Amino acid sequence: MNDAIRVEDLGKRYRIGGMPSGYRTLRDALASSLRRLSRRESPPSKDTIWALRHINFNVERGQVLGIVGRNGAGKSTLLKLLSRVTDPTEGKAEIYGRVGSLLEVGTGFHPELTGRENIYLNGAILGMKRAEIERKFDEIVDFAEVRKFIDTPVKRYSSGMYLRLAFGVAAHLEPEILVVDEVLAVGDAEFQRKCLGKMSDVAQEGRTVLFVSHNMSAILRLTEETIVLDKGEIVMRGPTPEAVDFYMTSEMARSGERRWEPGDDYQTDNPFHPLAIRVLDSQGRVADRVLSSEDFSVEFEYELQEELTGLRVGVYLATSRGEQVFTSFDTDNPETYERLTDRRKGHYISKCRIPRDLLNGGVFIIGVNASSFRIRSYFTDEHALTFTVDPTGAPGSQWAEPRRGPVRPALNWEITEVVA
Amino acid sequence: MNQTTQSLEKQETEQLTVIQPTRGWAWIDLRELWRYRELVYFLVWRDVKVRYKQTLLGAAWAILKPFLSMVIFTVIFSGLANLDTDGAPPPVFYFSGLLPWVLFQDGVAKAGNSLVTGSSLITKVYFPRIAIPLASVLAGVVDFALAFVVLIGMMIYYGVRPTEAVWTLPLFLLLALVTALGVGLWLSALNVQYRDVGYVTPFLLQAWMFASPVVYSATLIPEGWARIAFGLNPMAGVVQGFRWAILGVGEPPSELIILSILMAVFLLISGMLYFKRMERTFADVV
Repeated sequence: MNDAIRVEDLGKRYRIGGMPSGYRTLRDALASSLRRLSRRESPPSKDTIWALRHINFNVERGQVLGIVGRNGAGKSTLLKLLSRVTDPTEGKAEIYGRVGSLLEVGTGFHPELTGRENIYLNGAILGMKRAEIERKFDEIVDFAEVRKFIDTPVKRYSSGMYLRLAFGVAAHLEPEILVVDEVLAVGDAEFQRKCLGKMSDVAQEGRTVLFVSHNMSAILRLTEETIVLDKGEIVMRGPTPEAVDFYMTSEMARSGERRWEPGDDYQTDNPFHPLAIRVLDSQGRVADRVLSSEDFSVEFEYELQEELTGLRVGVYLATSRGEQVFTSFDTDNPETYERLTDRRKGHYISKCRIPRDLLNGGVFIIGVNASSFRIRSYFTDEHALTFTVDPTGAPGSQWAEPRRGPVRPALNWEITEVVA
Repeated sequence: MNQTTQSLEKQETEQLTVIQPTRGWAWIDLRELWRYRELVYFLVWRDVKVRYKQTLLGAAWAILKPFLSMVIFTVIFSGLANLDTDGAPPPVFYFSGLLPWVLFQDGVAKAGNSLVTGSSLITKVYFPRIAIPLASVLAGVVDFALAFVVLIGMMIYYGVRPTEAVWTLPLFLLLALVTALGVGLWLSALNVQYRDVGYVTPFLLQAWMFASPVVYSATLIPEGWARIAFGLNPMAGVVQGFRWAILGVGEPPSELIILSILMAVFLLISGMLYFKRMERTFADVV
């Protein structure tokens, strides 16, 4: 009886197709209702998909529950249902207490208003009473470290200040149930550390937290139990280490290649269309498993619908535990940058070779990013593909022991005997 | 000790929220809206503040807009067309008609667009959605108050004394707000589904202005059915009544004002019902 959240058979169906840009014109509506009248057809069911279905779970008061799953698995839909942003299509959820959501920090921030004004506005939007905001005001300002600029319009803030302020307001909301979606994907390491700290404070105060993230190390650190969502259903619930392992290994079923269909994870009016990302072994074959002792490549195939200026396409490499290993862009080299930073409309492959004797054995995650520095990010998927590195033949293989760290470079050692 | 009582209090106030599909017609939860009254206040405050921060002339626009319209109306309708202004100085006549009209017009136009411009809020945070169009309508009251000061100045200048019926002014103001909210709710909810609304609204408002006695006197409307049709437009009652209350010109509101009130209440209630029905899909379609 001590549940904070009880979810029974919850489901959400979305209509797709027919409304490419999300809304209809009156003409379409009139035309389709006339058609329906004349032919007496019911609205076609193939135009709908279940983003979430048959979801059952409960969360005890004070529990921190992790939710993991690929893009499109239904995580965001679940959080939107629980924070009442959208209505379910079927089922029921009971929630005891106030829900505060960090679905996106800075919601309702207005660039023309000052930091002080935005704290009040944003607090009210998130459901705080004015007296409550006044009480927390100093704490929020200190958390955000913006005291000097509190009466400056936030459009003049650096992105770091903006984020800290936005997170500060949301984090001081003190709801009984806090819903957090991927806030930690933004900001620098210091900011992330701060956010994680604030979140574990919240958890220690006995409040319930639902935490959605692609960052496995954050999930492992903050949660004890985790739900794995796939295609709108719960495929696993268990202690976090087990759930993360389950999730990471099921990811490997993707066999070294990931393709995007038009509209998957991106808007079709976006000029950058990702097509596929692949891991190729030393023979150039698509592989989900490569040897640490051989070179291999990562290639990213995409289409530009128009000429883009300042474009860079690159990869992030991270371990399955969420530690970042490196970031590399296709125009890092100054000479390539001169030649290809402006790219014509067309079909491209950006391919990079990853040298042998660099990575340690284990599961790695490739993220992709296509952006124009400080102008626009066209496409990001922090979790585009996973692959496994086999350490057979790596430096030090004569000792059958796992090595620490994500890299396992072949280094030149010099051994000198020092004679006294 | 203190902390225990606090946490006990918290336990008691902890409310149960049941989330499940809603079907059919439902009534707007006014108690919930009351709980969110501070949000409405902050949204109004934001609208006003941002408008005055972003524009060069700031608050002056609240006065300039009706003032310039008044100058144009005076030149064309009184100067050229020689329309009767019930014996009031034409500038005062037009300005006093424009005040409640602009309050209505801006309220409807802003409320109609409010959900679309506020889509980032709607898709991220829960609150009673009606707070958004409501705040858009209420924000116009600030502009109204500024322009009202100018009206007082003009009345002093032209030597027009307010009547004893001036106490009824807030009632006409309320009627204008109720009508604006009713129409605004309809348009905002329709606008989420059909962006055509954005194109229709300016025409609707223009036609509506000529159907209301802003540029002419209500005494021009012939008796009989035409009068009743005229009374169906709540803004006709508002503009006519507003002038009568403050300038003492034209006819006092007749039984027709009851028709206007009924119509305004009908617009508000139907608007709320439609809004509530569509509300659950806002976040998915907007």
